[in-house]
Amino acid sequence: MNPVLAPLAAIGRSTLALLAAIGSVAIYAAQTLSHLFRPPYYPREFLTALMTIGYFSLPVVGLTALFTGGALALQIYSGGARFNAEAVVPQIVAIGMVRELGPVLVGLMIAARVTSSVAAEIATMKVTEQIDALVTLSTHPMKYLTLPRVMAGLLVVPVLVGVGDVIGIMGGYLVGTERLGFNAATYLTNTVDFLEARDVASSLAKGAAFGFIATLMGCYYGMRSDRGAQGVGAATKSSVVAAAVMILAANYLLTELFF
Amino acid sequence: MIRLEGVHKAFGSNRVLRGVDLEIAKGTSMVIIGGSGTGKSVLLKSVLGLVRHDSGTITLDGQDVTTAERDAFLARFGMLFQGGALFDSLPVWQNVAFRLLRGSLKRPKAEAREIAIEKLRRVGLKPDVADLYPAELSGGMQKRVGLARAIAAEPEIIFFDEPTTGLDPIMSGVINALIREIVTEMGATAMTITHDMTSVRAIADNVAMLHGGVIQWAGPVAQMDASGDPHLDQFIHGRAEGPIEAVR
Ligand SMILES: Nc1ncnc2c1ncn2[C@@H]1O[C@H](COP(=O)(O)OP(=O)(O)OP(=O)(O)O)[C@@H](O)[C@H]1O
Ligand SMILES: [Mg+2]
Repeated sequence: MNPVLAPLAAIGRSTLALLAAIGSVAIYAAQTLSHLFRPPYYPREFLTALMTIGYFSLPVVGLTALFTGGALALQIYSGGARFNAEAVVPQIVAIGMVRELGPVLVGLMIAARVTSSVAAEIATMKVTEQIDALVTLSTHPMKYLTLPRVMAGLLVVPVLVGVGDVIGIMGGYLVGTERLGFNAATYLTNTVDFLEARDVASSLAKGAAFGFIATLMGCYYGMRSDRGAQGVGAATKSSVVAAAVMILAANYLLTELFF
Repeated sequence: MIRLEGVHKAFGSNRVLRGVDLEIAKGTSMVIIGGSGTGKSVLLKSVLGLVRHDSGTITLDGQDVTTAERDAFLARFGMLFQGGALFDSLPVWQNVAFRLLRGSLKRPKAEAREIAIEKLRRVGLKPDVADLYPAELSGGMQKRVGLARAIAAEPEIIFFDEPTTGLDPIMSGVINALIREIVTEMGATAMTITHDMTSVRAIADNVAMLHGGVIQWAGPVAQMDASGDPHLDQFIHGRAEGPIEAVR
């Protein structure tokens, strides 16, 4: 091929591939949601998903938020000192955690922890014909596998984000009061007074969107897995990468939308 | 009655089925034989709609399987997969009773469990395997759990993909007798894939041999030995020399 056009053709090809992928993910998402209105439902699967996605993610979410909140307080204190703004630590920690770091970090942790395991589990079911077996047992894989996980992600990740926000602020509070000499009561009043309902709402909305993306991508790549162990590995990897990138992109869009 | 007419299926350039014509009458037992990789499993999956055939028609009682109402259609079938395909997140008894625990056949848990244990007994498994997980069973045991699951809801039509592969000769005998019994006593229609000629003779009313993407020979099991078809003869007697080339 013409050496000048080759790179352009490559860009064109990958753009088309990207658009096709976005299209098929969108179709998959619409199909999944359409089952919301068509019984039968599988409440047990939903409860199991709530437990594995929500409850068992609490430790990792808590630790991530705690350390990040603490580090944020330190950074703002030393950075703020350059223009005599040390006093704003509580406010900036609150804003930073609630609006941005809480949802994003929780979202990425969920992508690492949940998306990967969902993708690996479903891909293994695919390559060992368990999905085919489900179909022959009159059970729709989307209703039985995808919808419960996606709904659980949509509903429980906002809760995780809320928990993460609170723990992150607590991390900042601990560092602020123990290390930086803030008055405990003032720190808390400053935080509470400063946060607006919109900050919290955006945080939870981001959580819902990220939970949806993380679980959907796990199911999507799992269901499309090729045969064999290699197929499972590839599906898992692609699902985590796609979920992480989509979460960051969605984070930008939602931030534009809210503020 | 299941009827296949001119069924074609290719995976990329690999033309697996090249015009399969076959008829399985209601209440009879059809055994499909043929070399490894000739498309026997693909054939069963096409009937169930798990694999979409490229052309030709497959009908069940005159109705095209691709346009049939899925739930009602699948409710008539049971299938044992070649690899067992047990759900490894569920204990054995819940695998067997899968259909009885949800959907239109749903019944109380205790009753479903009882049925599952009874079906496990019929495939030669003791009640204490009921609470194990599939990963804790041997290959042959998994196969039999898959068999128990296929027959649990007493479907009209049952597909068995290599039911006796990996079983000892005595257990194979038990399974062959079970399949025969399901057809004669429950009036089910069975389609079985097997490589074991003893099983063929024990299970089959009719035999069909798949070779080169088409049905090379089909007929009653009694006529199998006197078919005069060199492909079939070679297969039955397991000869390395003959019209079917064994790649070495
Ligand atoms: N999902 C698939 N994608 C691509 N090729 C496939 C798929 N399923 C089956 N094939 C191909 O179709 C052919 C027939 O496969 P099939 O599993 O039906 O063989 P078989 O007759 O059941 O063999 P065996 O007796 O070893 O089980 C093989 O060449 C296989 O590679
Ligand atoms: Mg096979």
